Order: sequence, then C-alpha cells, then structure tokens
Amino acid sequence: MSLDTFGGFWSPLVWLLAFIVTFLIGYILWGLGEKQHKTGEQLKPFISGLAEGSKEDVHVKGGNIYWGFTESLKEYYKYATKMHTGILNDYILWFIGIAAIFFMVVIIPGVIW
Amino acid sequence: MIETLVTHAPILIIAAPLLVAFILPLIDKVSKKGRNILVLCAVVFTLVLVIILYQDVIENGMRIYTLGGENAHVALPSGYHVPVRITLVIDALSIFMVLISSLISFVGLLYSFAHVKGEGTGKFYTLFLLMLVGMLGMEMTGDLFNLFVFLEILSISSAALISFYIRKGQPIEASIKFIIISSLAALFVLFATGLLYGEYNLLNMGALANEINSQTGGLTLLSQLAFILLLASFALKAGSAPMHMWLPDSYGEAPGAISMFLVAGTQASLYALLRVCFTIYNTAIDASIIGGLLIILGLVSIFIGVTMALIQIDIKRLIGYAAVAEVGYIFLAVGVGFFELAQGELSAYGLKALQGGIFHIFNDVLDIGLLFLVTGAVIYMTKETNLNKLGGLARSMKYSSFFFLIGLVAVAGLPPLNGFASKILIYEAIYKVSPLLSIIAILASIFMLAIFVKIFYSVFMGPKLSSLSDISEAPKLMLASMAILSGIMIFFGLFPGYIVDNLVTPAVNALVDNFTYITTIMGGI
Amino acid sequence: MIYNLPFYAVIIIIAIGLYVIAFKRNLIKIAMGITIIQSGVNLFLITLGYRKDGLAPIYTHLPSQTSIPEGMVLPVPQALTLTSIVIGVAVLALILSFIMALYREYGTLDTYKMRRLKE
Repeated sequence: MSLDTFGGFWSPLVWLLAFIVTFLIGYILWGLGEKQHKTGEQLKPFISGLAEGSKEDVHVKGGNIYWGFTESLKEYYKYATKMHTGILNDYILWFIGIAAIFFMVVIIPGVIW
Repeated sequence: MIETLVTHAPILIIAAPLLVAFILPLIDKVSKKGRNILVLCAVVFTLVLVIILYQDVIENGMRIYTLGGENAHVALPSGYHVPVRITLVIDALSIFMVLISSLISFVGLLYSFAHVKGEGTGKFYTLFLLMLVGMLGMEMTGDLFNLFVFLEILSISSAALISFYIRKGQPIEASIKFIIISSLAALFVLFATGLLYGEYNLLNMGALANEINSQTGGLTLLSQLAFILLLASFALKAGSAPMHMWLPDSYGEAPGAISMFLVAGTQASLYALLRVCFTIYNTAIDASIIGGLLIILGLVSIFIGVTMALIQIDIKRLIGYAAVAEVGYIFLAVGVGFFELAQGELSAYGLKALQGGIFHIFNDVLDIGLLFLVTGAVIYMTKETNLNKLGGLARSMKYSSFFFLIGLVAVAGLPPLNGFASKILIYEAIYKVSPLLSIIAILASIFMLAIFVKIFYSVFMGPKLSSLSDISEAPKLMLASMAILSGIMIFFGLFPGYIVDNLVTPAVNALVDNFTYITTIMGGI
Repeated sequence: MIYNLPFYAVIIIIAIGLYVIAFKRNLIKIAMGITIIQSGVNLFLITLGYRKDGLAPIYTHLPSQTSIPEGMVLPVPQALTLTSIVIGVAVLALILSFIMALYREYGTLDTYKMRRLKE
C-alpha cells in the first residue's frame, strides 16, 4: 500500500523492512565486538577529589535544556515575547489589523483598475 | 430498516446527542452509573451512524436532508426553483470532518470517565455533548446562518468547559479571552451573512455559490467585503498567526481531554473556511492573491508557533504552540491549492497539496490529541505542570511514556507514522510554488522534534526525583483511550495509500468541484 | 438619502463598539462593547429587510391596497435578528459570570493586570 506523492511514491512497509534489516545487521556487528565491562572504582568520575553530587542535583531541569540556542537568538526572542503580551485588547487589535490588511490587499486593487 | 436509518441519519447524528444532553441533568440526580451509560450510548450511537453514512456517501454521492419538508425548493412563478428550507448537506468533505469529530469525542469520553471526578460531573457531560453537537452541526450544515448558530453553540460550551476547574483563576482568564474573541468573530460572520443576504436574497450555500459564480463583470464591493470578513473571522477561529494568541492560553488551561476536543473544534472552523473559499467563492474572487495571503499566514503560523514553543515551561502551553504550527501547515497546503486553482485546472501540484492538507487535518488532531492525553495523565497523577519540577517518570509510568514516544515520532513527521505520510505530500507539492516554502516547512519539522524531545527528556527520562516518588501508572481507561489513538495512528502510517484513496481523495474532489455541489442542490427538484 | 440613515448608524455603532473593545481597560466596558457590536449587527439585519411602503409581515393574504410587488417587508431578516438577540443574551450572561468569578480570584478588573498567562 504505497502513497502516491507528487514527485514519486512512499511505501512505509518497504521502509519498515529495510529498517529492520539494517537494525539487525548493525546489532549483529555490534555484538561481534570486544566485550568490555569494567566495574569498580576506576569508572567513577573524578572531580578533583570532591564528592560526586546526587543524580537528582546535577540533572538539568526542563526549562534550561536548550539554553545555548535561546541565548543565541536573544534578539528575536526579545521581540517575540514582547509581541505576546497577554492583554486582551492587543488580541483584538491584531485581528482588526489583519482584517484591514486583507481589505487593502483584496479590495483596493480591484477598485483602482 | 437500514434504508430509513441512512435516510434520516443526518438529523439523528445531531439530534441524539442534543436530546441526551438535555436529559442528562435529570438522570444525574437519580444515578451516576446510569448517566455514564447514557452518555456512552449517545456517543457510540453517533459514531455508528457516522460510519454507516460514510459508506453510503462514498458509494452514492452527495446527500441532502431537508428539515421539515419533502424537498428544499419553492417554485417561483417564473419557473425558477429557490432552495429556502433549512438543509443538511453531506458530501465527502463533510462526512470526513464529522468522522474526525465523532471519533475524537468517543476517545475523549473514555478518557473523561477516568479524569473528571468530584461533584458537578453531570454538567461536564452535558457541556461535552453540546460541544459535540456544535461541531457536528457546523460540519453538516447547508446554509450560512445555521453555521453562525452552531458556531456560537460550540464557542459557548467550549468556553464553559475550559474553566471547569477553577484552579487559581488562570482557567477563567483563558475562558474570558476565548469567549470575547469567539463572540467577536461570530458577530462578524453574522455581519457578512447579512451582507450576502442583502446582496443576493439567499442564505443557502449552494444557491449563493450559483449566484456568485454565474455573475458576469466581477463581484460587487459588498460581496468582496463579505468574503474578507468571513476569511478573517474563520482564520481567527482556526488559530493562524498573528491572531493565534488565545490558542495556547485556552489549550493550556483546559482540563484533560477537553484540550483534544478543542483541537477538533478549531478544525471545524477550518472546515468552514474551506467551504467559503472553495465552494462559495470558487474563482469569482482573485484566487492568486487569496492563495498568497493563505500561504503567508501559514508560514508565519509555522514560524511563530515553533519558535515560541521552545521557550515555554508549562507543558500544555507548549503543546498549544505546537498546535498553532500544525495549523500553519494546513494553511500552507490549502493556500498552495487555492493558488493553483487560479491558474485553471488543478491538474499539477495543487491536487496533491490539497490532499496533503486535508490528510493533515486528520493527522494533526490525532497526534496533538495523543500528546494532550498523555500530558493530561501526567498532570492528573503528579498535580504539577511546571517542566522544572518534573523528572524521571518513565520508571513509574511506563505505558504513558511509550505512548508519548509514539506521539513524538508522529508529530515530528518521522517515518513510518502518519505525520510523515501527510507531510511528505505537503513538502513535495509546495516545492513547485517556491522552494523556500518547502525548506521552511522541513526546518519547522526539525524544530518540532526538538521541542518534543525536550518534554520527553525532562519529564520522562532522568533520575527519579524525591518529590515524585510515589507516582503510579495512569488509570486503565486513560491508557485504553491512548491505545486507541496510537492504534489508529500506526494504521494510518503503515497503510497511507489506502487511507488517501478512500477517505481523502473523495473529500478533495468534493471540495474542488463546486459544480457538482451546486447542481445537486439546485437541481434536486 | 434619509432611507440610508440606519446604515450610517450601523457603521457608527460598530465603529464605537470596536473602539471600546480595543482601547478600554476595564472588563465591564469590554462586555458593554460586545453588546454594542451585537446591537449594531441586529440593526443592520433588520434594516436590510425594509421595503418602502411595505406592510408588517403578519398577514397570510395581502390586503388589496399594497402598492409594491412584495407587499410586506422581508420577514427572514426578522427571524435572523430574533435568533441573534437570544444568542447575544446567552453570551452576555456567560461573559458577566466569568467577570464575577475573575474578580473574586484576581481582585482586579484591569486587562493590563490580568496577564498571568503571557508569553
């Protein structure tokens, strides 16, 4: 059951088969490697002798995950958050503004010529 | 027996939930279990009737049901027949949208049985059924004033349901913004209906289409003004940027399954927009300008929706912004289709773009609905909506995180689920208008993946937090409703050709071909 | 010229209503603005149906002294207006009850201060 797109076609069953075959090949190749599994003191992270914090304290919270991305786009976000004020009157003004733009684009060219 | 049922199915689909909605407060005083069974019976009855009617419409074509008479026409002395009665017109696009609404109402009802507790739940189900009636009426009506009445029914019941739980006053703020904006949009729709009535003396959509398309010398100023008002009002109700700001507020504060039902409600306004653009004013309006406006609205919606979602901290508000971006995709596809309609026949990319857009309506409701259901379950169990205070829930809520993963893959447009199937139709068809549109659409999909991976990582993965140590799995009914949605999504993803050939292509053919619509309504004597 | 006066009144009323919604800060004034726009649209609908020298549409058979072909003013816009008035009453009741609950929770009626749901 393939989908007919404009440029070609998309067949998800063939894709799924190819994905499973590739995954199996990759898994078998991964399993043929060296089995290295050390345990003990050597695997703990070394922070210059300080105690490692609990997992809960060093976990990056949800709001800070994409910090680098939002920091680099600060100018755009300053403008965008100022646009979303939360005031009801601004919502109505946006609607009236867009309706006025539609009016000018559709009706004025028809009236002029 | 089946014949009578199919003949009267259109009015039974609207009348059954309406009757049960008004009986329900009485039954509620007697027994709670009886109320639950009655609501479930009403919704299942509607769903079964919709499926039966679907088979009939696909085989036999359009169906017109006249309320209170044999046929809708009145013969004037000059021999001309004018449709004057209230009609319900079911063609392939209407039954597609009605199927979406009734399916989502069934899933939402199963979820609400487990979610809504406490006193006053009888009123919840009454408002739920009224919202369903509003949606079904908007999608099946045959004239413009009925559209206004059902639009108001939908707005009033949605506004009451958003603020069903007064938590700290925030849902009431979302509700009042919703009702003021909805009533303003509905008043402008009524004004435009009045303008069209004054111009042509007709309210029926088929008869109006006949008058507008057979008018020589271009449209009058009043008809164009009516079109502008209808377009702007329905674009506001559908949630396209930059008039989208009420959407994250109301989706973010609604309880549980109501957010999913609200998405189906905004798709009903999108259906009304499609009817006005494609059926009533087919090429009488300057379609290349309107197509360009719809494309620009779609691009702005995608961009603003996706970038504003990245900085949110509240879970449901974030998914609300993603819903704005998904509506942007639909506007983009419909705009490209309308743009190509101006250049003659839709033989090249326009038909594929419209197929992608209409298929995306269904996929959007399914994907965003599943994500809203899972986050509703998380909020129900932990009573927390802040992303900074959640973490490590995959250990205790295994099935919910699995369903969230399925929703993430689908909404980001990754193969093999249904998001990819509709998005690849849209990408490849809008490439012909300008490659820039395709590039922005694909980049927005990558952003969507980033947004939902953010939620998945911070809510479900990570170490177990000490403040959330006694969370258990969500109730079984909620998991069952999520499983139904996931099953439908996987089925749509693995067999997209079957779905597009049988569900979407008749709908797109009915949308584009307004000649059949007009001749069936005007010629049925 | 005098018969166009209700249409000018409709435009002025809707413009006043839009000004009130867009620029006033008090929520009660915004609710009043919605009501003003409803009144304007209802006036527009009724004025559409007027025919000069027409009778009221309450007769089954026209009396014989009618001078215009239609005989009566159009009855359909009057039905639309009645429905719209009823819907307007329901929406206004809902908005006012929301305002009451909002005042109890927030303590203010100023839209510039009701911004907990921003950005």
